[in-house]
Amino acid sequence: MTLRSQMTAEKNWAGQTMVTADHMLFEAPREKHFMTGSEVVKEAMKRCTVDASVSYPITPQSEAAHLIGELWAEGYIGTYFRGENEFGVMSEVAGCAMAGARTVTTTSGPGTLRAMENFPMWAGTRIPCQLILMARGINSPLTIQPDNLEVSFMLETGCMIWYAENVQELFDMTIAAFIVAEKPDVHVPIVTVVDGFFVSHTRESVMLPADDIALFPYDPYAAPLPPIDSEMPPGRFLRDPFVMKSNYISYATHASWQWEVRSAAERSRPYAKHFLKGLVHSVGDEDAEVVFVSCGTASHQSKEANRELTKLGIKSKVVKLRTIRPFPTAELLEATKNAKYIFVPEFNVTGWLHNEVLQALYGKSEATVVGKPRVAGGMSMPVEVILKEVGNFVKIEQGA
Amino acid sequence: MSKDSIKIRMPALGGQGAVTAAHIAATAADTEGYYAVSNPFFGAEKRMAPSESYTRIGTVPIYDRGEVVYPDIVMIYHPQVVTMGKSYTMPFYAGIKDNGLVIINSDIELLTEGDKKILADKNVKVLTRDFTKFAVEIAGTELATNMAMLGALFGALGTVSKPAIEEGIKDRFLKKYTASGGTATLDSVIQKKFKKKQDLIDKNLQTASAAFDLTVEWCKEVGFERMLDAPNPVEA
Repeated sequence: MTLRSQMTAEKNWAGQTMVTADHMLFEAPREKHFMTGSEVVKEAMKRCTVDASVSYPITPQSEAAHLIGELWAEGYIGTYFRGENEFGVMSEVAGCAMAGARTVTTTSGPGTLRAMENFPMWAGTRIPCQLILMARGINSPLTIQPDNLEVSFMLETGCMIWYAENVQELFDMTIAAFIVAEKPDVHVPIVTVVDGFFVSHTRESVMLPADDIALFPYDPYAAPLPPIDSEMPPGRFLRDPFVMKSNYISYATHASWQWEVRSAAERSRPYAKHFLKGLVHSVGDEDAEVVFVSCGTASHQSKEANRELTKLGIKSKVVKLRTIRPFPTAELLEATKNAKYIFVPEFNVTGWLHNEVLQALYGKSEATVVGKPRVAGGMSMPVEVILKEVGNFVKIEQGA
Repeated sequence: MSKDSIKIRMPALGGQGAVTAAHIAATAADTEGYYAVSNPFFGAEKRMAPSESYTRIGTVPIYDRGEVVYPDIVMIYHPQVVTMGKSYTMPFYAGIKDNGLVIINSDIELLTEGDKKILADKNVKVLTRDFTKFAVEIAGTELATNMAMLGALFGALGTVSKPAIEEGIKDRFLKKYTASGGTATLDSVIQKKFKKKQDLIDKNLQTASAAFDLTVEWCKEVGFERMLDAPNPVEA
């Protein structure tokens, strides 16, 4: 007997009262807790009526995967198992999701890259699974420190990418992620990113609703593609790849399907706008000439800089991007329309977000876009470093 | 003049409990009504390898994350941090702010005349004590060194009370706690040393409390002034 068959109209298999995402995120009363990002992932998944989770418990990760395993032992997760390696895990996640299960996993850094081939496959099969990515460095040589270069590898996989700033956002975002990914007109995988260590291992206060409520389950029968069946897509795609049958059929399918996968992610915008309360969040002076455009921990560091610049009499503004795929182009243009200098502080060596911002603003903004400060390999970004960079463009009177 | 927020850097060796201490420090400060954040910085580290953790405490929201490059307080858990450079930053006081504080766990003086001059010029006070001996005498185990260090920190700050520290220690040892394999092993070692968890908590608290009192006295002797603003009133 499956766990789903033990559910009633009101209660899931763990005995939690089922509620809408709106109730969970916006209406249910909350209490203060003090915990790490890894621990909050457990709390979020506990409230999501998750059918399946697969993990590869490797060191450059976080405790999140093993905590989801504890949830399984406690009866909150339908099934939980360990893969042989990261590639195996991501393939097994696909299998669970194709079979109609709400599925989650977490990984980071070298693990993400080892599993890479699976992510475009996830998007191509339109499965609404969630990957919680706790960004770490990738091998150059082996590193496990906080660094989000790996996100640049995920950008064109067809998966949606959201970026949480802190423990609180990680909780709210991972709950909303399932709901948006599972919308029948969206129905693509979602990657919720946080910076490893800076969020996964950081202990801070967070407001959580009670744990006796949980989301309604995923309804696979509302999916645009039917649950797995070896004669129907998506199962058929994999059992009999078109290219093995007919190059012409493969061509005809992919020529349209690649666009459709990306259109599906585009259709997530209104839902994301609702559940995330906007695709970008801005703080600071509306008409400031100095604007920081950032995501994740870099937004936190920018807010420190904003506070220090205010003390020095310089107006500034922080524009935090909450979705990276789809990219919030219109919101970014609106939020930076008064900017004279746009700084893109980043925790990676290549400046992938700088490139994204340049692409979005090309021909539409007269601001000088500065891809600095940039740190990598686990370095933190002290506010002093950001102020020094701003000082290269704007006169800062010390001790004002 | 006290500040609205401070940053504490804790260079230690793997196994000494600096990560635990940072978490307890942040929990205690949060209990007292401060904004507080703690985070560790380590890799696939083993015992005796450099391991750092950080606590930030303030009366204003704290956005800053990661390694503390410009600390107000540096807490050295082991002499090897200084003598063998087992620290993410060299020298161990790199980046320390004016009017700061250095707490060193050592039975001998470790600072050179050069170090002393640099720190004195920045009006940084240095408290060197054998906190490990202190832990062995009071708690009966060197594993409580981190509790002594924690007590010293709050003795110097003066605005986080002993009941809040107790709350932090209880939160760590009574609640289900997420830890790596190595930390879980150390947890079981220390728990075996005591008959009951309450004994462990009491001994840890006594160690922290004695170090707290010692440091309060030391602050008066050397004229170390309060560094951090008083906390916001806690909502009922």
